[in-house]
Amino acid sequence: MNQPIAFTLKPTSAPAVAVDSPPKMSARGVDVFYGEKQALFDVDIDIHRNRVTALIGPSGCGKSTFIRCLNRMNDVIADARVRGSITLDGQDIHDPGLDVVSLRARVGMVFQKPNPFPKSVYENVAYGPRIHGLAASRGELDDIVRASLERAGLWGEVAERLNEPGTSLSGGQQQRLCIARAIAVDPEVILMDEPCSALDPIATARIEELIDELRLNFAIVIVTHSMQQAARVSQHTAFFHLGKLVEQGPTEQIFTSPRDERTQGYVTGRFG
Amino acid sequence: MSAAANRLRRRHGAEWRFRACGAIAIAIAIAILAALLGGILWQGVGALWRTEILLDIDIDAGTIDPAGTRDPAALAGADYGVLVKNALRARFPEATERKQKRDLAALASNEAAYALRDRVMTEPGLIGTRLKLWVPASSDVDMLWKGVLDRDTLVDGGRLDADQVAWIDALAADGSVATSFNAAFFTGGDSREPEQAGIAGALVGTILTMAVTLVLSFPLGVAAAVYLEEFAPKNRWTDLIEVNINNLAAVPSIVFGLLGLAVFLGFFGLPRSAPLVGGLVLSLMTLPTLIIAARAALAAVPPSIRDGALAVGASPLQSVFHHVLPLAMPGILTGSIIGMARAAGETAPLLMIGMVAFIVDIPGGITDPSSVLPVQVYLWADAPERGFAEKTAAAILVLLVFLAVMNLAAVVLRRRFERRW
Repeated sequence: MNQPIAFTLKPTSAPAVAVDSPPKMSARGVDVFYGEKQALFDVDIDIHRNRVTALIGPSGCGKSTFIRCLNRMNDVIADARVRGSITLDGQDIHDPGLDVVSLRARVGMVFQKPNPFPKSVYENVAYGPRIHGLAASRGELDDIVRASLERAGLWGEVAERLNEPGTSLSGGQQQRLCIARAIAVDPEVILMDEPCSALDPIATARIEELIDELRLNFAIVIVTHSMQQAARVSQHTAFFHLGKLVEQGPTEQIFTSPRDERTQGYVTGRFG
Repeated sequence: MSAAANRLRRRHGAEWRFRACGAIAIAIAIAILAALLGGILWQGVGALWRTEILLDIDIDAGTIDPAGTRDPAALAGADYGVLVKNALRARFPEATERKQKRDLAALASNEAAYALRDRVMTEPGLIGTRLKLWVPASSDVDMLWKGVLDRDTLVDGGRLDADQVAWIDALAADGSVATSFNAAFFTGGDSREPEQAGIAGALVGTILTMAVTLVLSFPLGVAAAVYLEEFAPKNRWTDLIEVNINNLAAVPSIVFGLLGLAVFLGFFGLPRSAPLVGGLVLSLMTLPTLIIAARAALAAVPPSIRDGALAVGASPLQSVFHHVLPLAMPGILTGSIIGMARAAGETAPLLMIGMVAFIVDIPGGITDPSSVLPVQVYLWADAPERGFAEKTAAAILVLLVFLAVMNLAAVVLRRRFERRW
């Protein structure tokens, strides 16, 4: 496949990105080390509201490492070190005054493999609001669960099965359950680390539709191996290669007229 | 025949032989187990029955209540043994020599006097009347009547003499010898006399010891495992601790007994032979096993569950206690029960802290002197009287039932915890 992939811009109902609005999150000069090995070099990127930012690149290029920096999930890896500044609404997320727990409540995450808790569908969604005390009563909690499942496009399928274990759903439903779980705590940013890589094409299409809807309310960052997916769902694309952010820009521009020849090579399928 | 067909035949042959070997191995294992259990059962089932003699006892008021006050204290302290002896002499008046009289009295167990006393205490109206009462026979008579030992062996070995055998035959002839269910075995403590020895003291001791072990080792072990697996930094110190825990699990149990003797008895001055100290020592022994099992169970919980919990903003503590620990609980419980079952069968460390003492009373608390089932088995197996052989087997049966109940509890708990998800 040496031709640039077929690319059509969907007419979207979402508001146009206000480019001059301040970014929701912004990373400057981010380096990440795993022990002695440096995994990311000097990454600068802005994440905006109402916009899907896609991180693409070959395996091992550091895109998953970077997305895990945004909600400090790298903290749980013993010898990982992060340098540089990452801000959320202008506040440094490594500021000792900022609690990592409240950061993760504001920056939610969906993982590569659907990982619902082995509890009921209801409990999966209710867990976050419950630990953050977002619902004062059982009725309010019911409302949050229902609203989250509706926003994740899952309510119609699970309304009658709220007490069944989340693990009994199909793979695509499990992933949407995880998305519902993430949005139940009302985050501002949703990080998705290859959310469709374990799903079949039909389930993938449903998730992609969902991402497009979620863009209305959240800032979304998605890591994907599939260039077609990046082209379909994102407005902004960043290409990572060997730990460096090689090129970023509007998705259309990255796929049709990349400036860097590595980007050109990757999006035309010459490597990666 | 082609080479390919030959290879296929050889492969099928090899597969068949391998399966046959497996089946034979299992058959041998089952046969050995059946032989072992069957042997113990065969020997031990006799202890469930005891031989009794029907005596026509003259409850003479002048002997047991000379003052005629029917004072319970006086009645409790009276000499009922004389009444039993008199009943036997009345039945066999031909025993006139001193030795004969002594031999005659030896037909009934010492327990007979206590049985009579209990009966009279509950029914004081019997005083001054004649009472037909089944009283326990001595162990030698018991062995003879149950056919555990034949009469030649007993007579040649000097356990019974010809007169005694003749008297028993005479009693048997008019239906005055019979066996009945030996409830005393399950309600009594240890005794020097085989026919009176019971397992209750050791059973209660084991239950108390295990309770102490569980209360100490389970929370400590789980807490240590959770800390080491989920929170502790991975560095030289935690590596060292891990190596030490693994080594402790392999330390011979008697070493823990010596440690307990030096520390708990010697330094802290805790009571000897007590379930408290037994439980402490067995906790030390069980802890490494429990920690290793609990860590394995925690490590088996997929990391994606931790990620999921952390990503919705759960603190590390919430992630562990809401998600990881409940998921690991079935595995932790299984590991703990296996460790506890091993501890319940331990003898050596308990010998060191004095639980091998001869203790008649059933312990009422964790600081009372007590025995435990495996030590009771050891003590009875070592006793010279033939009557203890079946008691030993019966005690082993009780121990096996105890362990089976523990394992059953583990299975039930596992099921319950797993069903919650």
